[in-house]
Amino acid sequence: MKAMHQGDLTFSSIDPNAGLKRAIQMKRIDIIGEISRSKMRGRGGAGFPTGTKWNLAAAAVAPKKYIVCNADEGEPGTFKDRVILQEFADLVFAGMTIAGKAINALEGIVYLRAEYTYLLSHLEAVLDQRRKAGLLGSSIGGDESFSFDITIRMGSGAYICGEETALIESMEGFRGEPRNRPPYPVDTGFMKHPTVVNNVETFAWAACIIARGADWFNAVGTDKSTGYKLFSISGDVQRPGVYEFPMGIMVSDLLKEVGGSDAKAVQIGGASGHCVPASEFSRTCAFEDMSTGGSVIVFGPLRDMLDIAENFLEFFVEESCGQCTPCRIGNVKLLEGVRMLKEGTCSMTYLKELLSLGETMQLASKCGLGQSSPNAFLSIVRHFKPEIMGRVNL
Amino acid sequence: MTNSIDNCSSCRSPKSMKVHEVSTQTQTGQIGGQVSLVIDGKTIKVPLGTTILEACRTLNIRIPTLCYHEDLCVAGICRICVVEVEKMHTLQAACSFPVTAPIVVHTHTRKVRHARRHILDLMLSDHYGECYSCSRNGTCELQTLAQEYGVDFYRFGHPSESTHKVDRSSHSVVRDMDKCILCRRCVRTCIDLQEVGVLEAINRGDHTKISTFMDKQLADVVCINCGQCINRCPTAALKANDPTDDVWAAIDDPDKHVVIQTAPSPRAAIGECFDLEPGTPMTWQMNTALRECGFDAVFDTNFTADLTIIEEGTELILRLYKALVQGDQKVAESLPQFTSCSPGWVKYIEHFYPDYLHHVSSAKSPQQMFGALIKTYYAKKRNIDPSKIVSVALMPCSAKKFECNRPEMVDSGYKDIDYGLTTRELAKMIHEAGIDMPKMEKSDFDDPFGTATGSGVIFGASGGVMESALRCVVELVTGEAVENIFENARIEPVRGFEGTKLAELTFDKVGPVPDLLKHLVPNWDWMKGVTLKVGVCHGTANAKKVMDDIIAGGPFSKCHFIEFMACPGGCLGGGGQPIPTSEAIRAARARAIYAEDESSTVRKSHLNPAILDVYHEFLTDGPCGKTAHKLLHTHYIRRGKYIM
Amino acid sequence: MLVTENERLRQNILDWADELNRDRSALIPLLQRVQKRYSSVSGFAMQVIADILDIHPVEVYSVVSFYSFLDHKPKGRFIIRLCQTISCAMAGKDRVARQLENELGIRFGETTADGKFTLEYTNCLGMCDRGPAMLVNDQVFTQVSPERAHEIVEKCRQTFGTFALQDQGRID
Repeated sequence: MKAMHQGDLTFSSIDPNAGLKRAIQMKRIDIIGEISRSKMRGRGGAGFPTGTKWNLAAAAVAPKKYIVCNADEGEPGTFKDRVILQEFADLVFAGMTIAGKAINALEGIVYLRAEYTYLLSHLEAVLDQRRKAGLLGSSIGGDESFSFDITIRMGSGAYICGEETALIESMEGFRGEPRNRPPYPVDTGFMKHPTVVNNVETFAWAACIIARGADWFNAVGTDKSTGYKLFSISGDVQRPGVYEFPMGIMVSDLLKEVGGSDAKAVQIGGASGHCVPASEFSRTCAFEDMSTGGSVIVFGPLRDMLDIAENFLEFFVEESCGQCTPCRIGNVKLLEGVRMLKEGTCSMTYLKELLSLGETMQLASKCGLGQSSPNAFLSIVRHFKPEIMGRVNL
Repeated sequence: MTNSIDNCSSCRSPKSMKVHEVSTQTQTGQIGGQVSLVIDGKTIKVPLGTTILEACRTLNIRIPTLCYHEDLCVAGICRICVVEVEKMHTLQAACSFPVTAPIVVHTHTRKVRHARRHILDLMLSDHYGECYSCSRNGTCELQTLAQEYGVDFYRFGHPSESTHKVDRSSHSVVRDMDKCILCRRCVRTCIDLQEVGVLEAINRGDHTKISTFMDKQLADVVCINCGQCINRCPTAALKANDPTDDVWAAIDDPDKHVVIQTAPSPRAAIGECFDLEPGTPMTWQMNTALRECGFDAVFDTNFTADLTIIEEGTELILRLYKALVQGDQKVAESLPQFTSCSPGWVKYIEHFYPDYLHHVSSAKSPQQMFGALIKTYYAKKRNIDPSKIVSVALMPCSAKKFECNRPEMVDSGYKDIDYGLTTRELAKMIHEAGIDMPKMEKSDFDDPFGTATGSGVIFGASGGVMESALRCVVELVTGEAVENIFENARIEPVRGFEGTKLAELTFDKVGPVPDLLKHLVPNWDWMKGVTLKVGVCHGTANAKKVMDDIIAGGPFSKCHFIEFMACPGGCLGGGGQPIPTSEAIRAARARAIYAEDESSTVRKSHLNPAILDVYHEFLTDGPCGKTAHKLLHTHYIRRGKYIM
Repeated sequence: MLVTENERLRQNILDWADELNRDRSALIPLLQRVQKRYSSVSGFAMQVIADILDIHPVEVYSVVSFYSFLDHKPKGRFIIRLCQTISCAMAGKDRVARQLENELGIRFGETTADGKFTLEYTNCLGMCDRGPAMLVNDQVFTQVSPERAHEIVEKCRQTFGTFALQDQGRID
């Protein structure tokens, strides 16, 4: 397969199984310790510390545990997981295997989105090779106490299944509707067993961290956001694609790299992320500033911000799971509001009501998707009032 | 004397709709499984895993709820119950947040009030219709909250036209999805509580709706008409098919002779519609109110409940005799005999276990027995043209509406029962007539059916049919008063709200065969030493457990007689009863029913003088005889569950 | 022996259920197999599955209706799903959409009368750097221009009939 990324990636320069080979020699607690020391936070976007997650799952007393790789990459503007799975599947599987050893799980499951069905045969082939090479199955690396295998479950076309509890519901045969939390999956996950759900990229980096050590990783990035991160760049740029940057990169620096310096605004974090106007391009892609799963969508000078808001809200209206009131109806109301703005029929009073509604959606929705669904709308309205108010339709 | 098979509610709804059990392991801040939290400045200690909502209720702090219902597993989806928990950046749903560590909760901060108001505004923006033209006006939970939160305008608009067609296909349940707020209480009722599985959430996002399999109309799916969904719907999205206009029209027609029979459960509950405490019996006041409304005669369904006991009990004795004495293998296979008085249960078994229909007693339900007698026996006795009789039944039940419309229920030569009214509908009629029912004088039922026995009354509670049958069988077989065996004739092992119950009774001695049964069995010698095994269950989810147990050859397969009631708690928890419902309300109604039993002068069906009169004058070939069979027995339909 | 379509379907489902363990977690894989083989999950199939897993048919319907890639209504042999999300929208998906409608003579959400094509929108396909993107069954196409859309449709038309009914159409 043709290389899909731009520039050099750390993943290309690393032996995919170096980490696993080291992990075989390590104690569970040391593996988790290494990951914790790296201070890596989840690469899916929510940014939960990976070491803490593994530690909680390792501490849970249960006859069975699961490692789940979240490959339900559905956030608009995100495609780095597809590239990782196409080019570095070995690394991801190695990371899952290491996690399996760390929390004492025997089974790993990759939840692959239906839209990526064409990757399935490749991934199955890689898994087969790994089984043949003794890197999966029983007695991994000759260690009789270390068994782990990976299966692939296909999604069926629902963005919400990227939310970890919805993903677990889906695997159990239900509608992909997020669960009440607590309890968390590390305690009560797939089939009620403790389950670690991590993003594709998180597993890949975990394998790298064990191979090269936590210090190598946390030497890069900021204090709260360590390491490298893959970014999916699309929109009005000269060179779209997957890039690797250190965490904490400034938006303006990133735009320079990809050829998008004339941008009017950038959407960081996909539809559920934030829209940043040019005046704030000095902000950074880091958990302490703008948390992101790596989606960067660049809007050129001629883009209509209301078109963008409308597209995002159409997305949420369709992709909301529909169980909780704020997300199910709230997004419809915001979308209607955007259309009123486009027609020039929205009063400032009503716009303020919608902004306030957006805040309620952030506070009262059941899951992370619902809570973040008004973000794009809120930030576009906040930053582009002069552009969106007082439209006259001729 | 009793034991019970696994009675835990193995709730099968998605886990997204559940508060998970909290393990009592090494949680911080716990002492003896207790955790303390602060709510609005008040400190309280609760068992680990208590939800914030439960904790608030102990402190008498009101938290609004919509998707929450105490009979159902927790969903946490309407979000109206959100509260602020310190150190958490989002609001938390009080109903689904188990407290496992000390937390500080605020229940009415600005954020909370705003969020709740927004959620209400959003629901109203998607809720077509006006309160004053709604059957739930005054009992709607959404309306109550709108009032509490001071909604005086539609912040996010209000639908100007209907988007869903009202489904009136069912005789029992009307679905008006324009009023649905997607709380999914009906879904959890239909799947978890009742194991019927008619309603589920369909589609996703803004297209989400509650619907049936392949969006078919209610009449074409496996709905058993139990109406439990109606009782749990917070709005008027689900309501009973209301025939009160037709009943009024019949009353207004001078040519018609309109009679009404009243079942025991509505009498124990209708007071709730007049602001009385649950469990306030209204039997005698209601009789007067019904006459004031214009009904020409008021009868007691308990009369035919007694008749049911005689017919169904005789049928059981015959089955036992044929199986045990005559060695009839085919009849032996029809044991245990199942009760047939709950029309919800009857339709359930027709759909889900059609291969077991031969177990079901062929005796009609009390309502339908009465229907057949009114247009024959009563018409003849009073010299009234049966075609002029309009026979109304007051039932706690929505399935009874379906039952009276079953095409086979015309054994009198006419439609045996013309209209089934629910408790709620009759209360509405009484209100409409301007009658202050609780202040009515007391009056008795009309002859010739007179006042029934206490056995008929307890039909309303789960286990009641079995208790009545046992009282009867014990006395008929042993010739001894049942009070000698059970104190005050209370057969406790079959009482109570446990989901499934087993009981057994050994006949150490037998007496002479009473006159009523002499034509059927020569003596009781064959009953000596026999241990009669009986089972009781209520709610069709429990019925499923019992049926599966029978199929697997478990303890229920060894029974001789099993009482099945479709509704949780039995008829007193029926789908036609006043809203709301809860275990406490059902228990209060049960107390009223058992109290009425104990205050009755006659408490055993076979001692009811009016029953003996009927057999003497009309059903002259006795219980399960030819006339009885024509009028009082029926047959069932193999419906199956596949929908084409 | 003549086997009716429904009997064959039931047998398929039974065989698959045995492979997958008869437990609720097998529901979606089962549905996916039915969808792949029969290009939709019929009401009959849902009831067979419900029976096997001891759940209610309405629960199966509920799940089918939730997921975009499961259908209870028959779809075309080729399901064309055009990405409508932001990056593809900015890259000119509207023109591709118009061209597809013109080529097939149907609107989005519809199936051609001959049952060959279904046209749908889908959300982000993860091809944002090379939009507009679309899926034809499992196969992904990127940087689709109106002209290219025509070519892809033509190729589908030519391929139709040459592959076994059991497999979803693939054009190479």
